[in-house]
Amino acid sequence: MSDIWWMILRRLALGVLTLFVVTLLIFGAIQLLPGDPAQAILGQAATPETLAALRTELGLDLPAWQRYLNWISGVLHGDFGVSLANKRPISELIAGRLANTLFLALYAAVIAVPLSLALGILAALWRGSWFDRAINVLTLSSISFPEFFVAYILIFWLAQSGLFPSISNIPPGAPLAEKLYRTFLPALTLTLVVTAHMMRMTRAAIINLLASPYIEMARLKGMGPTRVIVHHALPNALAPIINVVALNLAYLITGVVVVEVVFVYPGLGQLMVDSVAKRDIPVVQAAALIFAAAYILLNLAADVLSTLSNPRLVNKR
Amino acid sequence: MTEAASNKPVLLTIRGLRIEGPPDEKWNEIVKGVDLSLHRGEVLGLIGESGAGKSTLGLAAMGFTRDGCRISGGSIDFDGIDLLTAPEPVRRGLRGKRIAYVAQSAAASFNPAHRLIDQYSEGPVQHGVMSKAEAQRDAMELYRRMRLPNPDEIGFRYPHQVSGGQLQRAMTAMAMACRPDLIIFDEPTTALDVTTQIEVLSAIRDIVAQFDTAAIYITHDLAVVAQMADRIKVLLHGEEVEEADTRTMLSAPREDYTKSLWAVRSFERGAQPALPAADVPVVEMRNIVAAYGPVPVLHDVSFEIHRRRTVAVVGESGSGKSTAARVITGLLPPSSGSVLFEGQPLPADYRQRSKDQLRQAQMIYQMADTALNPKHRIREIIGRPVHFYLGKSGKALTERVRELLHLIELEPDKFIDRLPSELSGGQKQRIGIARALAAEPRFIICDEVTSALDQLVAEGILRLLDRLQTEFDLAYMFITHDLATVKAIADEVVVMKDGRVVEQGPKAEMFAPPHDPYTELLLSSVPEMDPDWLDRLLAERAAGRAGGTVQASER
Amino acid sequence: MVATLRFTLWLAVAVVAAAVLGWLFRAVLTRIAPANAARLLRSAPLSASFGMAVIVFYLLVAILAPTIAPFGEREVVGAQFMPASSEFLLGTDNLGRDMFSRLVFGVRNTVSIAFITTALAFAVGAVLGLLAATVSGWIDQLLSRVVDVLMAIPALIFQLLLLTIVGTSIINMILVIALIDSTRVFRLARAVAMNIVVMDYIEAAKLRGEGLWRLIIREIMPNAAAPLVAEFGLRFCFVFLSISALSFLGLGIQPPTADLGSMVRDNATLITFGEVTPLLPAGAIALLTVAVNFVVDWMLHRASGLKE
Repeated sequence: MSDIWWMILRRLALGVLTLFVVTLLIFGAIQLLPGDPAQAILGQAATPETLAALRTELGLDLPAWQRYLNWISGVLHGDFGVSLANKRPISELIAGRLANTLFLALYAAVIAVPLSLALGILAALWRGSWFDRAINVLTLSSISFPEFFVAYILIFWLAQSGLFPSISNIPPGAPLAEKLYRTFLPALTLTLVVTAHMMRMTRAAIINLLASPYIEMARLKGMGPTRVIVHHALPNALAPIINVVALNLAYLITGVVVVEVVFVYPGLGQLMVDSVAKRDIPVVQAAALIFAAAYILLNLAADVLSTLSNPRLVNKR
Repeated sequence: MTEAASNKPVLLTIRGLRIEGPPDEKWNEIVKGVDLSLHRGEVLGLIGESGAGKSTLGLAAMGFTRDGCRISGGSIDFDGIDLLTAPEPVRRGLRGKRIAYVAQSAAASFNPAHRLIDQYSEGPVQHGVMSKAEAQRDAMELYRRMRLPNPDEIGFRYPHQVSGGQLQRAMTAMAMACRPDLIIFDEPTTALDVTTQIEVLSAIRDIVAQFDTAAIYITHDLAVVAQMADRIKVLLHGEEVEEADTRTMLSAPREDYTKSLWAVRSFERGAQPALPAADVPVVEMRNIVAAYGPVPVLHDVSFEIHRRRTVAVVGESGSGKSTAARVITGLLPPSSGSVLFEGQPLPADYRQRSKDQLRQAQMIYQMADTALNPKHRIREIIGRPVHFYLGKSGKALTERVRELLHLIELEPDKFIDRLPSELSGGQKQRIGIARALAAEPRFIICDEVTSALDQLVAEGILRLLDRLQTEFDLAYMFITHDLATVKAIADEVVVMKDGRVVEQGPKAEMFAPPHDPYTELLLSSVPEMDPDWLDRLLAERAAGRAGGTVQASER
Repeated sequence: MVATLRFTLWLAVAVVAAAVLGWLFRAVLTRIAPANAARLLRSAPLSASFGMAVIVFYLLVAILAPTIAPFGEREVVGAQFMPASSEFLLGTDNLGRDMFSRLVFGVRNTVSIAFITTALAFAVGAVLGLLAATVSGWIDQLLSRVVDVLMAIPALIFQLLLLTIVGTSIINMILVIALIDSTRVFRLARAVAMNIVVMDYIEAAKLRGEGLWRLIIREIMPNAAAPLVAEFGLRFCFVFLSISALSFLGLGIQPPTADLGSMVRDNATLITFGEVTPLLPAGAIALLTVAVNFVVDWMLHRASGLKE
């Protein structure tokens, strides 16, 4: 038993290490700017005074490692610094938006995960059938569509007729039902994009599994199709399915950015895009760190869960 | 047994069965009109080379075809039930309950997510034969009869916690769970080492006899089938060659093909003239100790190989025989000891060896499929060493490649521009030999070169290697687990176990007593083409002879 | 309800049209191609031949753009948002430029930039991946760990971060996307090569004393080619979508250069008025990626079929 805990512990340690290196990377990237970062950010319009002000603001008079320590200890206490653009504390800017983004991602995931697992398993079972082929072409197309194309088609089709709002601003304190209604289109867009990916991966994982000799053995023992799937295939399919789900939830994180912009949804992604345009570096760093951390944690959770679901690893010799 | 069996009622009748395989442009027939009948309690051996359609036929006896295959003609009647027209639920009700199956690889065929005993009881419980508790008690009883260690506990383990030979026995017990009328054994011992094979064979034979179960025993190994079957049917390319009861088939086969199968083991290399006293060995391993990372695999291994001599290195999987070859080739530098070539020490790492040192020692691999680059034509595969080592190019190079193809008995015009995928297994292995010869070496390592081949083809390869040795003064190191091959080709034998040399010496001495106990076990475990061999061996072992005191190393 | 019906009808028409186009294209190709290629093409499913037809069409548009487009790329030719007419086939955009001409040049620009970026990512990723797998040891360890860290940040987020720092320009975007994408190529190339490196024929070549260069080029490359070509197709789609997404967000290809992503963004307001035109550049992106995906899917299917 202890072996598997060691494995998980090692994986957790690796996750923490990765997170640490990523913070270094996100923080350190700005150091790569040739010459004076303040100059580079302000460009031609810089006056000596604004330059000096920005330098102190960025803490450029301190050595790099000290700036990193200040930044990271701030982050650990929930303080991401101050926005260059509007001088407000970043944590204040982010708090509400992060909740919105998580809400949207969760909304999409709740629809997409069961839907795509079911479709994926069905396609694997009926592989080669018309259902399978139609689904294959459909999902392949859907993967190929840019998110904004899907979004605009939905707007064109569902919002124009007044069925759903095309702009998903949420008044503060709105009841859940209204929130769900107002964010239906962005959630549907994300669902469509993610479902295609997730379904294809589920299908591939199940087909891979059904080719195993122990599945043939179960059939030769006279077990019916349902029992073969539920009792023999599924316990072994957990690990691949967990990985598929995690990978796609991670993909959602990226997908949100574009969708938020299309629907003018007040989330973290939209904030990040705006800040990139303004070159508001502290905000971009904060947003990138949050997205990256979520991504790393998801992958970490998937690894740990799939390790725990592998009978070969759980029941060591 | 045979007369007794034929008096019993017929259990299974197959008439004119045709099965077609996955459509590759068009359907191709795997089984081409085979008849078969089996009485209750009778064991029928199905024998044939790869591609003979044995497994497909065996599965068809359960009314089952693999995905992509279909039955296109004929009839299958199991105890009055037409398996081809019966609805699927009826067939499903038969499988596992009245007809059971034992697969080649038990390790892959047990579900890794469930305990052995739960997989055992699944059949009886789902088919409504017993309750779960009854099935578990029954499982322990059968595990005991299959002579599994700790029969009361072993069932509560997961498949990956049990060794291969034990798994194979557990799978046979599982097949017995519903006391079926018929069991299909699909090469159940092919993946096992010889010493493990004996235990599984005897356990299978006993339990089949105890419950008077009929069986179809599929294998490519004649000596094994001789122990197991009452009757033998020989298949070739999906058609029956002949069928007879075991003793008749072994002593008086009618068809030429069967005779040639039987004759395979007749090849034996003649005794070689004695070595001059001061002969310097071509290759010498001196006190080699080697490890993969922290795992030690070779302990103080020494042996020498002389000009025109074949040294067979024998051992079971994990004995270190392939590792010895990796040390000689320089792929695995030893932690101590040295490899000498004609008296001169070779650098331990192949990257430090000179082109000429590399040229002198060549290698032929077990799997010709992976030994030849699938994207290179024969011209390049054989031509590259000629060009690389001997600097030939243009016309001279082509001429040399054609000469080499002649040597390995392949028509140059037909083969020189082919890709490996356009060759048969035996032809690929010949190309592997030609590539080694192309370097004009002094020494060739043959790593299980015949074990992936059918017996007739393997025989041809052995004869070719033997001829080339005399022609080109070569020294061979012949790695194998198959003692029949050793008998055929070796001059000297090195027996290895757990990374140590157990015994070594000239072949004649090795095959005559007295033996080291492990060599004895190994030698006596090789099945012979005599239906009484297994009985005799078990009797001897029970009396403490024939290696009966040594424990085989199970990995 | 009517909208749904109309949508379904259009979808059906599109599917049938695509199938017919694929069938025609395959029929023509099998006629003119040499015997070997023709046999291969005959086995192509309709989806793949449709894909090939579309790819050829895009290539022609990209090459012949100046001839096809009636107006210049940056030429203001009329008022803003003029409706479609015989003069302006698709109307005019938010600055009064001819939408059709912008679309043609947009295809040319976006496709060629995406192609250059993919090629760059491939050159770096594939070479390093094959090298890492072949030499193994600490070089492999080092490269793999670096790639692990770079891949721990989601691609789009990383792109945004880097673009903030280096500023938005076409060159910067190409470099940033190529860098991030090369990590994915590295992973795949290394994995593919790893499976090949363990083969006995590679061991035989090493023991023969072949140099690293020949090992990679002559022994490994020919066997890695099929999956790498398929991956090139997939990567191209990914890069093409990335560039479009960045341009759509206003952070990629900058005006006045015509490109598909920013065209959607610039004219998005029209959609709320029930105009289809802004969907056209988005559709143009989708059509090409669908086409490439169809062809790649066929190639992968063939490769896996041959293995069995």
